Amino acid sequence: MSSIANVQELIAKRAASELKGPSVVNLGIGIPTLVAKYVKDELIHFHTENGLLGVTDVEEADPNLVNAGKLPVGEQVGAAFFSSAESFGMIRGGHIDVAILGALQVDETGRIANWAIPGKNIIGVGGAMDLLVGAKKVIVTTSHLTKGGKSKLMKACTFPLTSTRSVDMIITEMAVFSVLNEQLVLTELMPGVTLEQVRKNTEAQFVEGGFSS
Amino acid sequence: MVGGFGLVGAPLTLIEGLTRKDLNELTIISNNLGEAGEGLGVLLRQRKIRKAIGSYFTSNREVGEAYQRGEIDLQLLPQGTLAESMRAGGAGIGGYYTKTGVGTELALGKEIREINGEPYLFEQALRADVALIRAHKADTLGNLIYYKTARNFNPVMATAADLVIAEVDEIVGVGELSAEEVVTPHLFVDRLLVAEKILTKEGVVYR
Repeated sequence: MSSIANVQELIAKRAASELKGPSVVNLGIGIPTLVAKYVKDELIHFHTENGLLGVTDVEEADPNLVNAGKLPVGEQVGAAFFSSAESFGMIRGGHIDVAILGALQVDETGRIANWAIPGKNIIGVGGAMDLLVGAKKVIVTTSHLTKGGKSKLMKACTFPLTSTRSVDMIITEMAVFSVLNEQLVLTELMPGVTLEQVRKNTEAQFVEGGFSS
Repeated sequence: MVGGFGLVGAPLTLIEGLTRKDLNELTIISNNLGEAGEGLGVLLRQRKIRKAIGSYFTSNREVGEAYQRGEIDLQLLPQGTLAESMRAGGAGIGGYYTKTGVGTELALGKEIREINGEPYLFEQALRADVALIRAHKADTLGNLIYYKTARNFNPVMATAADLVIAEVDEIVGVGELSAEEVVTPHLFVDRLLVAEKILTKEGVVYR
């Protein structure tokens, strides 16, 4: 885990192993975008909220074929385009099986903050609140610590919450947590990480599940 | 209302027309305000926008700076709420209840109603005097089809304004678009023009 890029790839790869087809998956911006390249299951279809079901790797960049991060993407055979209203109808209406999102903070009940920072202009929210409300399962992928070395898994979020709904799983470069009954359960240590290291670097209370390392 | 997700699917020719017009105090409903100095970002620099309603102004850092200086009012809505409010506005619905945003800062001051034991937030419909939209092709009647993810907010905006002007790559004869593939039926569209300013791999260019 020498560089940020390695950490991100490690997290993305672990998140990809959670996906089982047939399934419709929405990937957020940042680490979640990296998940797609580790998915080989043809029964997993990627949805992007700006209006495409069937996102694939970009073959030839087309400025009018992009994902929610405005990065060029490709379209699968069998893909479908739709308007923003229809796309968010899919999201709120419970038609997305899994959403993989980034987070700035996670509290010990599994609620996340990922859209605004106090003291800075609150000028963007995008689709984060809709995805949290509507996706059947929400997986958070994030680095365990902030750039300043503080735990992103906190007792309580100090940034504004994105939703009152708890996510289902949190994957960091140190560990995997499931959220059960609004409680974080440590289910897995990432390779080379000890329980002691996770304890030391996690502010939020968590229960130790029957995990493997 | 101005279509587009960033510059993708934004009616760049119409926006440029707007920058040349002596119009001020505009309220713009759009997902973003373009990028710094591009698309609606030009209108922002000209200080012609009094208020913007959208979901993600972060993509143009100048929006935050203008907001900080008190030059612009912003109303932030979750992206799905922005789209659904237009849909409602275009479909004769005054407002609706959604779970999105419940318990967050964006719910402040909004009515909460319990439906089947769960809290929902009341959101009011959105309509505009004018919608400037981008489509791929139109026939001379005004039926529209779209291109890939340049569709985004355009079809829903086409339903929610008193005057709808569509900018397209090509205008074809009636009968040349398959009735099955028409996304926006012509009754929603009032004016058509062929795009002169387009988004390409090389950026925004005149053709």
